[in-house]
Amino acid sequence: MTRLSLSRLLAPGPADAVVPPSGHTAWLTLFTAGAMTFLAVFALALALASGRLAERWAGALERTATVRLSAPEDQIDRQVKAVLALLSTTPGIASARALDEEEQRKLLEPWFGPDLPVKALPLPRLIEVVEDGAGYDAEGLRLRLTAEAPGAVLDDHARWRRPLAVAAARLVLLGWLSIGLIGLTMAAMITLAANAALAANAQVIRVLRLVGARDSYIARAFVRRFTLRALAGAGVGAVAGMIGIAALPGAEAAGGFLTGLGFQGAGWLLPLLLPFLAGGVAFAATRAAAFRKLREFH
Amino acid sequence: MISFENVAYNYGGGELLSDISLRLAPGSFHFLTGPSGAGKTTFLKLCYAELLPTAGRVTLFDREVRGLARDDVAMTRRRIGVVHQDCQFLDHLPLGDNVALPLTVAGRPGAARDLADLLAWVGLERLTDALPPSLSGGERQRAALARAIIMGPDVILADEPTGNLDWEMSLRLLTLLVELNRMGKTVLVATHDLNLIRQAKSQIPARVLRIAKRRIQLAGADL
Repeated sequence: MTRLSLSRLLAPGPADAVVPPSGHTAWLTLFTAGAMTFLAVFALALALASGRLAERWAGALERTATVRLSAPEDQIDRQVKAVLALLSTTPGIASARALDEEEQRKLLEPWFGPDLPVKALPLPRLIEVVEDGAGYDAEGLRLRLTAEAPGAVLDDHARWRRPLAVAAARLVLLGWLSIGLIGLTMAAMITLAANAALAANAQVIRVLRLVGARDSYIARAFVRRFTLRALAGAGVGAVAGMIGIAALPGAEAAGGFLTGLGFQGAGWLLPLLLPFLAGGVAFAATRAAAFRKLREFH
Repeated sequence: MISFENVAYNYGGGELLSDISLRLAPGSFHFLTGPSGAGKTTFLKLCYAELLPTAGRVTLFDREVRGLARDDVAMTRRRIGVVHQDCQFLDHLPLGDNVALPLTVAGRPGAARDLADLLAWVGLERLTDALPPSLSGGERQRAALARAIIMGPDVILADEPTGNLDWEMSLRLLTLLVELNRMGKTVLVATHDLNLIRQAKSQIPARVLRIAKRRIQLAGADL
């Protein structure tokens, strides 16, 4: 069997003319490729945004911890100093500082508003701890804190950092899985369209076999047509998807995950690869369908 | 060139052809006769490997058809010109492109002059740009013959080529087949038109094969 390569396929040849222009299968392929690529752009954006989010969460929280200190008012300052002194001599800790009233008010502002009387409330004092590259022994530090300041609690963020990281990683996985499913769905739809076109052209195939055409020659006419249609449809779908992503409100407007869904920098080039991926899917799907169908003709 | 050894064929029920052995020698002219449904078309399809025998061996140009890969079948068919009774064409292509189709699929674009000469030989030179659906039955048969011989095949198989033609047009087609045979081509024509056979035998030493009771035998000389 003669090889039917992508480069030979894309070179126009006389095989194109032997298959009559087709109607509904052309539109079905164009629409399917366009719609699926449009969806794939969003899935890609989701995967990339989730990846960025996971990195950001991990980066922001990985090297920080918080000591929460509760003590009677007349002892609190002394215990803060003791904890800071302890932290400054703990291996693996780069720096430690107590948050001032203003910083604590800002932390609570989203829940209690800007006029919160921080001093009047029995709030614990918070000490921000930054690790160095080597890290510290969290269990050892907890024991020492208990000895120095019984009301001090070390929160290394692991408790809520872990589920966030897992959730972000799963979102990344879901994004790529969606792209895979979209590709498979597109392959199935294009295979159906190609089968319909091959069945509609059974007489053409019979005549071509009768006059000595090889399978690769006959297949080329169908494969080239479907691949180019998928490329064109996917091109439109990718551009439409990118416009949709670009039209999302900016992160400054509202903040949060959804507004960070867009592409960044070179990431904008990735959706442009999708039409070629769609063309490859169409090439493989149509080629398999064509050779399978041609085996029905001896 | 084409030989059958104890060939049988059935479509899943009883055998349509059974224990057939014969050899079509190069340059020979054979008619194949028999009642409708006797298996004439099936026999021809075995001759160009559209069907594979259910028993026995069919050999085309010294190669057993069962051992031919699909590409080999295609290459073999370039040496066999086939004219069907229903003359299928690619209806969206003009007649000239249809006749030149064997050259196109073989990647051997022929000279326009050669195509014009061939169409003139079959009397269709004025219909080069016509689409097949607009052709009459006789024009379609002659176009099919032109397509069958454009590659210069060694063998020409014709299945009821005059089935839809009047006597005058049948004689014209027969004359073309006789001319081809005189050029050295092997010709096998399936027909039930005994007048056509008698006319041919008056011009060339054609032999007549008859399918009867699932077997092929040489018919009597009185045909």
